[in-house]
Amino acid sequence: MATATFQIWRGTRESGEFKDYTTPISDGMVVLDAVHQIQAEQANDLAVRWNCKAGKCGSCSAEINGMPKLMCMTRLNQIPLDKPVRIEPMKTFPLIRDLVTDVSWNFEVKKTIRKFKPRKPDAPDGSWRMSQADVDRPQEFRKCIECFLCQDVCHVLRDHHMHGEFIGPRFMIYTAQLEMNPIDADDRLPDLRKSQGIGLCNITKCCTKVCPESIHITDNGIIPLKERVVDRFFDPLGRLFRKFGG
Amino acid sequence: MAEYQQFDYDVLVIGAGGAGLRAAIEASSAGVKVGLICKSLLGKAHTVMAEGGMAAAMGNVDDRDNWRVHFADTMRGGQYLNNPRMAELHAKQAPARVHELEAWGAIFDRTKDGKILQRNFGGHAYPRLAHTGDRTGLEMIRTLQDHGIHLGIDVHMEHTILDLLTDAGRVTGAFGYDRERGRFKLFTAKAVVLGTGGIGRVFKITSNSWEYTGDGQSLAYRAGAALMDMEFVQFHPTGMVWPPSVRGILVTEGVRGEGGVLRNSEGKRFMFDDIPANYKSQTADTPEEGWRYVIGDKSARRPPELLTRDHVARCIVREVREGRGSPHGGVFLDIAWIKEKIPNSAEHIKRKLPSMYHQFKQLADVDITQTAMEIGPTMHYVMGGVRVNGDTQMSDVPGLFAAGECAAGLHGANRLGGNSLSDLLVFGKLAGEHAAKFAKESRAAVVNPDQVDRIARQALEPFNHTGGVPPYEVQHKLQEMMQNLVGIVRREEEMRRAIEELAEMKKLAANVSVTGNREYNPGWHTALDLRNLLTVSEALARSAVERKESRGAHFRDDYPTKDPEAAKFNQVIRRAQDGSMQLTREPLPPMTDEMKQIIEEMK
Ligand code: SF4
Ligand code: SF4
Ligand code: FES
Repeated sequence: MATATFQIWRGTRESGEFKDYTTPISDGMVVLDAVHQIQAEQANDLAVRWNCKAGKCGSCSAEINGMPKLMCMTRLNQIPLDKPVRIEPMKTFPLIRDLVTDVSWNFEVKKTIRKFKPRKPDAPDGSWRMSQADVDRPQEFRKCIECFLCQDVCHVLRDHHMHGEFIGPRFMIYTAQLEMNPIDADDRLPDLRKSQGIGLCNITKCCTKVCPESIHITDNGIIPLKERVVDRFFDPLGRLFRKFGG
Repeated sequence: MAEYQQFDYDVLVIGAGGAGLRAAIEASSAGVKVGLICKSLLGKAHTVMAEGGMAAAMGNVDDRDNWRVHFADTMRGGQYLNNPRMAELHAKQAPARVHELEAWGAIFDRTKDGKILQRNFGGHAYPRLAHTGDRTGLEMIRTLQDHGIHLGIDVHMEHTILDLLTDAGRVTGAFGYDRERGRFKLFTAKAVVLGTGGIGRVFKITSNSWEYTGDGQSLAYRAGAALMDMEFVQFHPTGMVWPPSVRGILVTEGVRGEGGVLRNSEGKRFMFDDIPANYKSQTADTPEEGWRYVIGDKSARRPPELLTRDHVARCIVREVREGRGSPHGGVFLDIAWIKEKIPNSAEHIKRKLPSMYHQFKQLADVDITQTAMEIGPTMHYVMGGVRVNGDTQMSDVPGLFAAGECAAGLHGANRLGGNSLSDLLVFGKLAGEHAAKFAKESRAAVVNPDQVDRIARQALEPFNHTGGVPPYEVQHKLQEMMQNLVGIVRREEEMRRAIEELAEMKKLAANVSVTGNREYNPGWHTALDLRNLLTVSEALARSAVERKESRGAHFRDDYPTKDPEAAKFNQVIRRAQDGSMQLTREPLPPMTDEMKQIIEEMK
C-alpha cells in the first residue's frame, strides 16, 4: 500500500518541534483523514480540531505546506507526496497545543460590533419583505464558516500584530452583511473608520485568496465599505449634499 | 479532594447547537443568570451542518398550508408514536420562531413577492421549508450565536460535562472539564437544560460529527431520567459513498426537492416500484407528474423520491442487495437530468444547491450539474432520547430539561426532514422558558462534595492504567459492531449478540489507557466519551430487540410488518436500583378529539 509522510507540529506555546509520521494513504483521502489515522494509530494525544469533515464548520484550519487551508477539504492528490507534507497550526493566533490555536480573540472582536437592528416589520405578522436581488450580497457574506483563515493570512494581523486596532477581514464582511442587510437600521460606519481600523487594510486581497467559501471579501465587502466611509467622512461635497438633501 | 473552579448559575444549558442556544437566549431574556456549555467552539455545533431547511407552515408558497396539515404530516411520518401535544405545539409555533430568526438577522431565500421562500421536502404536503440555499443550519446557528453574544450569557467553549449533580432527586448542576487545559469545573444551577444532540458516533457510517456521543441521553439516564423510543434511529437515504474517506457525509434531501431522482444501475427510477399504501394517494404515478410537482404545479402529486426517509433508505438497501447498485455500493442520485427540462440547468443547480456542488466537486471530483452522484444510507438522527413533558420539556428529574435531538417525543418512529431545525427552535425556547421559571421558584442548589470527588476520580482513571487498550480501538470496535448488528435491517439473534458484546466492551472500556497529559488530549477525551457511547448503544439495542415489528425507522427482517398492538406503546428505559438497564412499555399519551379529527380528515 502507498504511504506518505507528514511533518506535524507537536508542542505547546513553550516548546515544540516538527515530527515525522508515515501512514498508509488511499483513494480520495484528505489531509484530515491522514491526521486522524496518525492520531488513532501512532499519536493518541495529537491535538486537532474538527467537527463536520465537510468544509461546513470551519474548525480544521491549519497551514499545509505553508498554505492556510481547511484540512478536511484538502485532498492528498492535490499536494505533492514525494516529500513530507508539512502541517502546522495557524500562525496568527497563540498556540494551545499541536495543531490547535487559541482563536478566542475573534469571538471577543465580534462582540464589539454593533448588533443587527431591524426596522419596524413590514407586515402585521412581524415579517419583512425583501427581494432576492437585494439579499444576494449579504447572503454571500453570511456563507462565512468562521474558519479564520483570512484572519490568519492578513498581514495587518499576522505580521504587524495590530489585533487591537484592526478587526480583520472576517469581521469586515461581518459588518458588511449587517450594513447591506436591507432591513437593518443601524449605522456602523463611524466604528469602522475609528476603532475597527478599516483604513489599515491596503487591499492586498490575500484574505480573498484563502477563503474556502470563495467569498469576495475585498471586492464585494471591504472595498464597498471603504467607499461608504470615504463618502461619509472624506467627501465634503457629498457631505454637503447629505446635509441639504436630507 | 478534587481541585476545581466553581461557577454559579440559575440555568445551565449544556450544548450550544440550535436547541441549546435558543434555550439560553430564552432563559437569559427571562432575566436569570445563564451559563452555556459548548463541547466545541461556539457556532461549530452539529446544527451547522443542517442543509435543507426548517419546516414551518407559513403558507408563503402554497396558501393551503396551515398548522393542521403540518401536524398531520408529522404524525403520519412518525407512525403515530409521536407525543401528539409536542407535534401540535411544534406545528403551531414554528412560523413565529422562523420570523423571530429574521428579526435577529437571518436572511432566508425570498419568494417573488419578497416573503420567505419555502421548499418541498419528503413527507410534507406543501412546500414548507424556510431555507437559505442548502446551508440553512449555518444561517440558523450563526443568527442565534450573533444574537446570543449580546445577552450576557456566560459561554464556556470546549468544555465537556462528565456528570450531572443531583441532590434529593433534584438536579443541582453539572461537573466537567475544559478540553483545552483539562481542568475540572463545577457548575451549580437551579435548572439544567440538555441540548446535546444525538448519538451518531455509535455507528461507523454516519453524517454526525465527533461530538455526537449520546452525552445528554447518558447524563440524564444516570441522573435518573427516563429515555424513550431509543430503537428509532434514522438512516438518511442519501449519504456520500465514495471516496471511502467521505463515506457517510450527508447529501441534502433538497437535491430531491429540486428535482433529483434516484436510479439503479439499470437506469430505472426504482422508487416507483414500492409506494406504501398510506402514501399512495399523495404520490405521483408517473415521472411526468413528479416533475410538474417539482416546478410548482399544485395539481400534481409528489414524486416517490420524496417519500419518508426510512422508506427511501430501505428501497436503496434493497436495490443494492439485489445487485442493482452503483459501482461503490450505493445507487445513483441524479439532478443533472433536469437539463432536459430547463435551460441553464447548471447555473440553476449551482444557485439552489451551492454547497452540494462544492462538496462533490472538491471531495469526489464529480460535477453534479453533469453527472449523477453515488449515494447510500447514512446514520443521521435519533428520534428517541430523554422523555420530557410536552408542554415544559422537563424530564422525570425535577429541574432537568431537554430539547432538540437529545429529547424524544416530537418525531415518533421517524422524523420528517425539516422538522429538526424547527424542533430545535420551538422546544429550545420552551425549555429555556420553563427552566428559567423553575429556577426562579427554586432555592439555591446544594452540592454534594462526595459526588464531585467520585466523578473527578473516575475521569482521571485512564491515566492510571498502563497496558490497557487504546480508546480509539474500543471506539472503532463498537462502531463496527453496531453498524453490523443493530443497523438498518435488524434481526433478533444479531441484536442479542450485540447486547452480549456490549457487556464485554464495557469491561474493555473500563481499562483503556491514555498517554500524554490533560491538556487538549483527544485520546483522553475519547476514553471519557466511551461510557456514554456504550450507554446509548445498550439502550438502542435493548429497545430494538423488544420491538418485535417493523415501524418507521425500525425495520426487522424477522418481523417485517407492523403489529397493531405495538402501535399502542412507547418503550421506556430507566436505570434500576442495581444499576442495570430496565425497559418498560408505556401507553401512548392520549390525543384530543380535535387531533383525532385532523388525522382522520387528512388520511
Ligand atoms: S485585503 Fe485587507 S483585509 Fe485582506 S488580507 Fe489584505 S490587508 Fe488584510
Ligand atoms: S471569510 Fe472566508 S476565510 Fe474568512 S473566516 Fe469566513 S469563511 Fe473563513
Ligand atoms: S472539519 Fe468542518 S470545516 Fe473541516
